[in-house]
Amino acid sequence: MFPDDLRYSREHEWVRVDGEQATIGITSFAANELGDIVFVETPEAGATLSQFASFGVVESVKAVSDLYAPISGEVMEVNDALRDQPELLNTAPFEDGWIARIKLSDPGELDALLDAAAYAELTGG
Amino acid sequence: MTDAAAPTLLRTPLHDRHVALGARMVPYAGWQMPVQYASIIDEHRTVRGAVGLFDLSHMGEVQIAGVEALAFTRYAVVSDPGSLEPGQAQYSMLCDADGGIIDDLIVYRTDDGYLIVCNAANHAAVLDHLEALRGHGDFDATVEDRSERTALIAPQGPRAAELLGTLTDLDLASLGYYRSQRGTVAGIDCLVARTGYTGEDGFELFCDARRATRLWDALLEAGEPFGLKPCGLGSRDTLRLEAGMPLYGNELGRDVNPYEANLGRVVKLDKGEFMGRAALASVQQAGPARKLVGLVMRDTAIARHGYAVQVDGAEAGLVTSGTVSPTLGEPIAMAYLPAAAAGVGGEVEVIVRDRPHRAEQVKLPFYKRPKPDAG
Repeated sequence: MFPDDLRYSREHEWVRVDGEQATIGITSFAANELGDIVFVETPEAGATLSQFASFGVVESVKAVSDLYAPISGEVMEVNDALRDQPELLNTAPFEDGWIARIKLSDPGELDALLDAAAYAELTGG
Repeated sequence: MTDAAAPTLLRTPLHDRHVALGARMVPYAGWQMPVQYASIIDEHRTVRGAVGLFDLSHMGEVQIAGVEALAFTRYAVVSDPGSLEPGQAQYSMLCDADGGIIDDLIVYRTDDGYLIVCNAANHAAVLDHLEALRGHGDFDATVEDRSERTALIAPQGPRAAELLGTLTDLDLASLGYYRSQRGTVAGIDCLVARTGYTGEDGFELFCDARRATRLWDALLEAGEPFGLKPCGLGSRDTLRLEAGMPLYGNELGRDVNPYEANLGRVVKLDKGEFMGRAALASVQQAGPARKLVGLVMRDTAIARHGYAVQVDGAEAGLVTSGTVSPTLGEPIAMAYLPAAAAGVGGEVEVIVRDRPHRAEQVKLPFYKRPKPDAG
């Protein structure tokens, strides 16, 4: 149900680690709960994220929700496609709907995240 | 998402149908209601382009009857039901003595009096208010709550008439907007009203609650060739907002009078005495202190209910409703502004996450349905 190669936060974000870098996004569970996503606000490249702290917002037709960083680090790149196609978070949350690429400041933080099986259990999966 | 500690929410007769259709059920005004089946945007577009089916059985139906049914209804509401012929309906409001809005509603003139259809959230308040007025004015009229035994199912959209035409012998072409007629739909006795809350052509079908599932199933089945989909309260909200229609609790409340909400045309000050008349007459005389306006965001942000609005850098009002318009593809909102600052073209700033974002006042409604083809 959830990709095995990712780590997950209890706030429904995912992390894909690639060496010292990581890509982050929201899970399919979160996207489904939010409904049609119409707006994503993220910090620009250069911003610093702190694990489990709010770093942006995602808005559906009905509601505004905070995004919480699953891991600390510096934002290297944000997904510009989300500006015109925020619905990518609904249609491809683990692929084209990625939100940002981060340079990890403390890979040890990954230990605080869940694996796919634990996340599936968390979401009643 | 959890079943724990769920308060005793009321269920419409169609509850099991919604669950079977995969709807997301949410608490709304004491009821468990479908907010969406699959996608709010998709349901919204279905109503704009084809036909959507809404369960509105949570709404209140209150029948006024008796010798003085008209005199009483005229006294209670701000419009003039005296102008209604049988089969006609009008949008109206109940106001308190200060002119504050207790509820907005539709008054239908029926064979046996006046049917008031009110918001679910205000159902109890409407009943209490009507009972108090009836006793106070000593009217020879009865106030009967028919909500529990009445289901309300609404096919809405440009193809609603075609769809309904396959299920009824009623002459729908002669049933104009804000008109109603008794008849059978799929063999079920209904009050068929050409009313709605979507900005599209459409109908509201009142039937016995025990026949609701049969009527719903028949409409779903017959609607398939017309592209019909069941639609939830989420799209109902975005549809009414695009159509510039107020929602009680957002645009309307006890602290709002009809003139502020651009509903002065509904108030008939010259019909004789009615509840709230003196207060409303003085508002009309002086002009409302604030006005409801339409906003389109110019900066990239979505205004939401409760966000502050600034004029020339000073806080001036609040957003009442806001979303991204599925039809226009841009963020729209309604807000109250001081009357002096209200005007189409005027620039304001909406505070979104502590930062001002530019917005422009535009004419309401945001969306008007295309005129039907002539001939």
